[in-house]
Amino acid sequence: MNYFFNKNGPLISTYFIIAIVFWLIFLIIIPQLYMLDLSFRPNLPPLLRGGSDDVHTLVHYKHFIFGSESSDDTYNYVDIGVFFNTIFTAVLVTIINLCFCYPIAFYMAKMANPNTSRLLIVSLIIPFWINELLRSFALRILFAGEGVINNILVGSGLIDSGINFIAMDIALYTGLTYAYILLMIFPLYNALESLDTNQLEAAKDLGSSTFRTHWRIVIPHAKAGIASGCTMVFMLTAGALATPVVLSSPNTYWFTQLIYQWFNMNDNWSRGSAYSILLLSVSVVFVLLMMRVFKVKIGEIIR
Amino acid sequence: MSADVELQNVSVTFGSFYAAKNVSVKIKQGEFFSFLGPSGCGKTTLLRAISGFLDPSEGKVMIGGQNMAGIGPNKRPTSLIFQNLALFPLMSVADNIAFSLEVKGVSKTKRRDRADELLELIALSGQGDKKVHELSGGQRQRVAIARALAIEPEVLLLDEPLSALDLKLRQKMRTELRAIQKRVGITFIYITHDQGEALTMSDRVAVMNEGELEQVGLCDDVYDFPQTPFVATFVGENNPFYGKVLSVDKDMVKVESQGNAFLAKAGKIDEQNKHNFKNGDEVIMFIRPESIFIDNQNNKLDNNFVAKLNTIEFEGNLKNIYLNINSNMNVRFSVPNAIDTSELSTNKDVQLTFSSEKAVVLPKGSLAVD
Repeated sequence: MNYFFNKNGPLISTYFIIAIVFWLIFLIIIPQLYMLDLSFRPNLPPLLRGGSDDVHTLVHYKHFIFGSESSDDTYNYVDIGVFFNTIFTAVLVTIINLCFCYPIAFYMAKMANPNTSRLLIVSLIIPFWINELLRSFALRILFAGEGVINNILVGSGLIDSGINFIAMDIALYTGLTYAYILLMIFPLYNALESLDTNQLEAAKDLGSSTFRTHWRIVIPHAKAGIASGCTMVFMLTAGALATPVVLSSPNTYWFTQLIYQWFNMNDNWSRGSAYSILLLSVSVVFVLLMMRVFKVKIGEIIR
Repeated sequence: MSADVELQNVSVTFGSFYAAKNVSVKIKQGEFFSFLGPSGCGKTTLLRAISGFLDPSEGKVMIGGQNMAGIGPNKRPTSLIFQNLALFPLMSVADNIAFSLEVKGVSKTKRRDRADELLELIALSGQGDKKVHELSGGQRQRVAIARALAIEPEVLLLDEPLSALDLKLRQKMRTELRAIQKRVGITFIYITHDQGEALTMSDRVAVMNEGELEQVGLCDDVYDFPQTPFVATFVGENNPFYGKVLSVDKDMVKVESQGNAFLAKAGKIDEQNKHNFKNGDEVIMFIRPESIFIDNQNNKLDNNFVAKLNTIEFEGNLKNIYLNINSNMNVRFSVPNAIDTSELSTNKDVQLTFSSEKAVVLPKGSLAVD
């Protein structure tokens, strides 16, 4: 602490400490704790809050599992289905993203000359100056029944009638994969760039195939970057709202859409909180899982 | 198994820049051969052309009589030791050494046996399970050698692998490298800018400058009979005396320099023992610091001159004595530390003498910049 003060001077040090403490306590810890508490309370009109009915209860979590009492089903198939579909799709999107970004990041970090690499980075970043919602709508235009892609395919005679990309959720998967691509590429790029090129040549000189070099040398070196990219993409994908709203098929619900509904349309903040906590828990479990799978420490992921 | 390596008119260009220019050299099977030159002289480029990481723009690389054009580094019978060693930091020492066997699909137990065998060769028995970063600099060096030897290459290529070590360790590793080469009996091609390394380990050296070979020969020949002013000044120390040829008598040339007449052997002798010095040619005569002596009347040799003492520099085993012949000509010589130099005083004339057998005359040309 003394060292920190001496190094940065009293003014900057005080600012840093106040800013970090404010950020942690007011913007993260208090809201999350409030939501956690809210998720265990019944949904009451404002006048009854704090009254005798305002007790801790598991009703919202029960609702997620068993559904409303008026329903005939044993379990809440709809919500549970949406939940697992969201998780599963987010995992899938993360994997697709990784497969897609790894070669690009490797090319930028190790194969392209610095100018090409810079050009690639800029051309990856520029599309993200456009708002996420607008990008989703642009993709909708591409994938619509009478959209650009269908027109090209039908016009060139490759297919007879348009493909319903939206109903097949192809538009959704594409949109989600594209939405957070930078958050996969940059951690990968950073990790790969620090790999000594001589290691690649040494492996090659020792007779290694390209695949084996990647498997034994490059991927182990980049694992922290891979874990970091996967965690971020997974969390943001699972928590995405705009892209699923615009691009999902009418039959597909994203879990965040349910949360949104409880908060805004049904005015049930307690249930919305409970559902948010569920999503948050899964995200935390995913991070821990990635750390276990890639044998990295939390510090390495953040790096 | 060991193979010879032949470079036939090899040139490597990057744009209009020649990194290597028309290099032809034949490296014998089982030989310890060094390319010696300043940084940027193209020696690493040649090594990469031999190992297959780059293709020569012109000419051929032949290994064991076979043209290597179009054959990648993973298919050549060569193995390269990198300047920074490029050991795999996330693997154990044994896995590093056996990586090439893993690539070939050799079973785990056999790999381990071979790794243990090689660990014994490099005197690191029982250290196979350590991580690379747990080893000292010299041990890492040896692991890199073992890893390169594991694929049983016919030619081992070494790209200044000792440059990161401190002086004592470097000297120790020289002896060790030479011993390993003798034991395994394969061709070693060594790249260095350190003439001490090249001369102590090699059978033959090739001195390079600006992409071209200046001279190829046995170590003592290159030292004693340099063929170009660059070689004369890059390999070891030398005093250049610029001057003109006064007369030529067979292999001995009389040179006028700084008002003195010196007798010296003609350098740049071709295979028929001929040179082409003529009276009036602009030449440089070279005499090494260890070949100049203080003239104390008992040891007079056939060349004599006078210079004023400038400074005496103490260098442990030697004393370096700097003198001025006149305002634009300095000369330096060394005497063993045991020699008493207390009689010498600054700005006083010193009588010096050297043998014509130790002086070499070469056509005028550029020196190595130090």
